[in-house]
Amino acid sequence: MRRHHDMGGQAAGPVDTAERDYAPWGKRVDAIVRLMSDKKRRLIRVDELRRGIEDLGPAAYEEYNYYERWIASTTNILIEKGILGIDELGRRMEDVRARWEASK
Amino acid sequence: MSRPITIGDTVRIRQAFPPGHVRTPYFIRGKTGEVIRLLSDYANPEELAYGRDGKPALPVYWVKFQQSDLWSDYAGQEQDTAVVEVMENWLETMDE
Repeated sequence: MRRHHDMGGQAAGPVDTAERDYAPWGKRVDAIVRLMSDKKRRLIRVDELRRGIEDLGPAAYEEYNYYERWIASTTNILIEKGILGIDELGRRMEDVRARWEASK
Repeated sequence: MSRPITIGDTVRIRQAFPPGHVRTPYFIRGKTGEVIRLLSDYANPEELAYGRDGKPALPVYWVKFQQSDLWSDYAGQEQDTAVVEVMENWLETMDE
């Protein structure tokens, strides 16, 4: 059976070749993941990142944009490895949401 | 794999569909192509994807396919080909 991400050759319509600028948060995600995977830290490898993206499931894979997939995959892998705690992460996410709501 | 791969061999890509991080694209599985170049040995990404060391490293080859073999409705030129990087554990040599 074909897995969802393995879509080479599937009907997909024309490719959007327009240049796009990544949002600052996306660049930050890129930088953080690269720092976590450098020789000094080795917390995550690109192969693990890709495995995590492929395991998101078709709905999330389609719904998330490129760096949202990176965030979801990286988060799951860091939880698996015991580097992030779920309780800690949940509380930080609450704090961020509260700060964002307050700034609106 | 029935015997070591040599350049010029006709190979069939294994028609396997395991879970996990598989680099062999779906559209070449079960298809037949020609080995045209050895790239190098690489740590196995199927293992690296789960935090293991990826050993033993495996040779990666360029395998050339006829486009018309890959796509039943291929409408391009008959001589069109596609080259895909494939790890040795996905190649089966053909009986001669």
